[in-house]
Amino acid sequence: MTSLLNPSRPPVFCPGCSHERSLHVLDKAFQDLELRPEDVVIVSDIGCSGLFDVFFHTHAFHGLHGRALTYAAGIKMARPHLKVVVTMGDGGLGIGGAHLLAACRRNVDLTLLVLNNFNFGMTGGQFSCTTPPSARVGSGFLNELEHPMDVCRVAAAAGAPFVVRRSVFDPDLRQKLVEALEYPGFSIVDVWGGCPGRYMKKNPLPPKELEGLVEAAGRWDGVVQENAREEYRSAYALKMGNATPAPIPQGTEPSFEAALSEPFGVVLLGAAGERVISAGNLLAEAALRGGLHVTQKNDYNITVMRGPSITEVLLSPQPIVFPGIEDPAVIVALASDGVARRKDLFAAAEERTLVIRAADVDIPSCRARCLDVDFKAAGIGKKDRALASLVLIARTAGIFSVDQILQALRQTAPEKLHPAMEEVLHKAAALAETCRG
Amino acid sequence: MGRILMDGNEAVVRGALYAGCRFFAGYPITPASSILSGMLEALPPTGGIVMQGEDEIASIGYCLGASMAGLKAMTATSGPGISLYSENISFAIGSEIPLVIVNVMRQGPSTGAATRGADGDVHFMRWGNSGGLPVIVLAPTCAADCFSLTAHAFNLAERFRCPVFVASNKEIGMTRETVDLDALERPPAIGRTIHREGDYLPFAAQGPDGVPAFLPIGGDVPVRQTSSMHGPDGYITTDPQVMQTLVERLKNKVEAHADEFSFHELDVQEGARTLIVSYGVTARAARAAVARLRDRGTRVSLLVLKTLWPVPERVIREAAEEADRVLVVEMNLGQVVHEVRRVVCTKRVDFFGLMCGRLIRPSEIVQEVCRD
Repeated sequence: MTSLLNPSRPPVFCPGCSHERSLHVLDKAFQDLELRPEDVVIVSDIGCSGLFDVFFHTHAFHGLHGRALTYAAGIKMARPHLKVVVTMGDGGLGIGGAHLLAACRRNVDLTLLVLNNFNFGMTGGQFSCTTPPSARVGSGFLNELEHPMDVCRVAAAAGAPFVVRRSVFDPDLRQKLVEALEYPGFSIVDVWGGCPGRYMKKNPLPPKELEGLVEAAGRWDGVVQENAREEYRSAYALKMGNATPAPIPQGTEPSFEAALSEPFGVVLLGAAGERVISAGNLLAEAALRGGLHVTQKNDYNITVMRGPSITEVLLSPQPIVFPGIEDPAVIVALASDGVARRKDLFAAAEERTLVIRAADVDIPSCRARCLDVDFKAAGIGKKDRALASLVLIARTAGIFSVDQILQALRQTAPEKLHPAMEEVLHKAAALAETCRG
Repeated sequence: MGRILMDGNEAVVRGALYAGCRFFAGYPITPASSILSGMLEALPPTGGIVMQGEDEIASIGYCLGASMAGLKAMTATSGPGISLYSENISFAIGSEIPLVIVNVMRQGPSTGAATRGADGDVHFMRWGNSGGLPVIVLAPTCAADCFSLTAHAFNLAERFRCPVFVASNKEIGMTRETVDLDALERPPAIGRTIHREGDYLPFAAQGPDGVPAFLPIGGDVPVRQTSSMHGPDGYITTDPQVMQTLVERLKNKVEAHADEFSFHELDVQEGARTLIVSYGVTARAARAAVARLRDRGTRVSLLVLKTLWPVPERVIREAAEEADRVLVVEMNLGQVVHEVRRVVCTKRVDFFGLMCGRLIRPSEIVQEVCRD
């Protein structure tokens, strides 16, 4: 059995500090498990618990206050063979509360030692999340107003499968640390001890009394049966092993030549649920197959099935320099939500702009040419208007044929949707004939 | 390979995979969320790790742990997330942890407009860390840039062992566009320099701008990493000489090599007295404006910056040499303009910027150039 203590950095704590005792017990536990320096990483927090990594001759990672569990998880995910030990005080526990809960829920195989001495020792004895209200500490009356946190109950409630609470003087602490280190999952050991430099000056805490406090709070002995489950990294490995790599999308060679000599901007103004973005995607795909350059920007609210849904598609035979549409060739007014969001387009529209307006949608007065379309009469429902409008755009602008849109559809849309979508496009083609007439 | 429709966030994912990224952690935030989902789709099936943090602090924390364990790591967020990254960014700087941070900028301040773009974090990325030491910030203008600059970002993070930002924008990250896969710049991927022989001192570096050789936490040799001020051995120090040597080296190792990664495009017109300087998606409006101005006979030059930090001083100075007037155009209320003023000193430097959630238009830049 070889000690993993650092021969070049002997431990230095305040005289009587419980951390020094914890340090030696942890070293004994390492020895019991015959661990070598390269098998272990000590991830230490800020505060007096942050001295631990220096006193061990192992891998060491001393990070930011309260965040030790995050680094530890990253290290363990990358190097699953390591024994990852996190040392943290009650201060780190408080500031890093979200990480404690996540570590308990996630169950990565880490061992967290909470060196719980009921105050911020390094900064002057201020109260922490475990300070009793009756204690006299460096934060005036503030600790009297707050309820101390029971680390073990919180951890168990959050899903920690292995929870221990002991006084630093408890003879079986060493054995409990061994069990925690061996446990294949997240283990937390709440070690209660005294801070002679600060806390104990006004709050005497002889070993017997400390033991009594632990008894009163409740000893926790290890496995929390209802939380026992597969360790996260192992479960992750299984998912990785079973996953199929997603195909990396490849490029598309043009299959026809779109009839377009100048940039051509299309804005579809619709409402959520009307498949406006999908229609924009299809227009972009058709243009790509026609050898055009494309940009597509979408605008929608965070709500699903409510509010405007807008897609702006810019087509150009040349590479697109500026991706915004300054002067749309076609504005399609499909729903009042979309129209209301982009009133500016109508105010700026020129005579050369074409507005395709669904017959039941009001638009602001503007100088643009307007083509009124009765989708309803043509048997085209609200969800299909955006798709249908692509045919109207294609016909009026002559950029591509309905067949070319159909071709893009068949190559990019899920197969089961093809019949319904193709029917919409055919209805729209018939509608386009009547519009033209 | 042909052309493909891809948004900037997809291009970042593709660039990261190309560069050899093996670890990604992020927290959902508009407009960066699709990088998290894209990495989740791509990485685990090929043996890499993706984690969704309980918050942004955890996300970057996971990355720092994984990076020190030897994996190429990346995270992605937007302004509110960068705020929470701040303390860990200074850790990565001071403790020389390679990391790529994608910031898909959105309109701020604060929660701002989540679905609207802006470039309001330019100084924040550089100076939003305690200690004020340098980082590298690369700024794409389009999806193709997102691919190649993400690859460069990994290379720079590995080479200099420091955090490197990809400063994207909602208007790039979530705008789909045709990308010519054959024309993508693919810089050869490099890894960090590994310590090979002799005793290992984790922060020993050659010379005033050296970068320490790396050994991973979890390897055969115990490695020390610490956020505390440290000497070459990785132990805490308060020795003024050791501390000064370290902080100067952290500054020099990045800034002394700035000319080697001052990515930019310079479009000089003979006889032009006005130079436009821009970056990000706004640079595309500037390119369109320059074409229009030249069409109507106005002579104008354009400098598009793709490295924002360290400030490419030589590039700016040389580009501005022939100019009487420099017009800086940004999607904010004036950030890079201060650096340009500092670099070109006595020349007239004007500014035009908007941060209202819409793109700056070429016509507006034309107007600003002609205002003179």
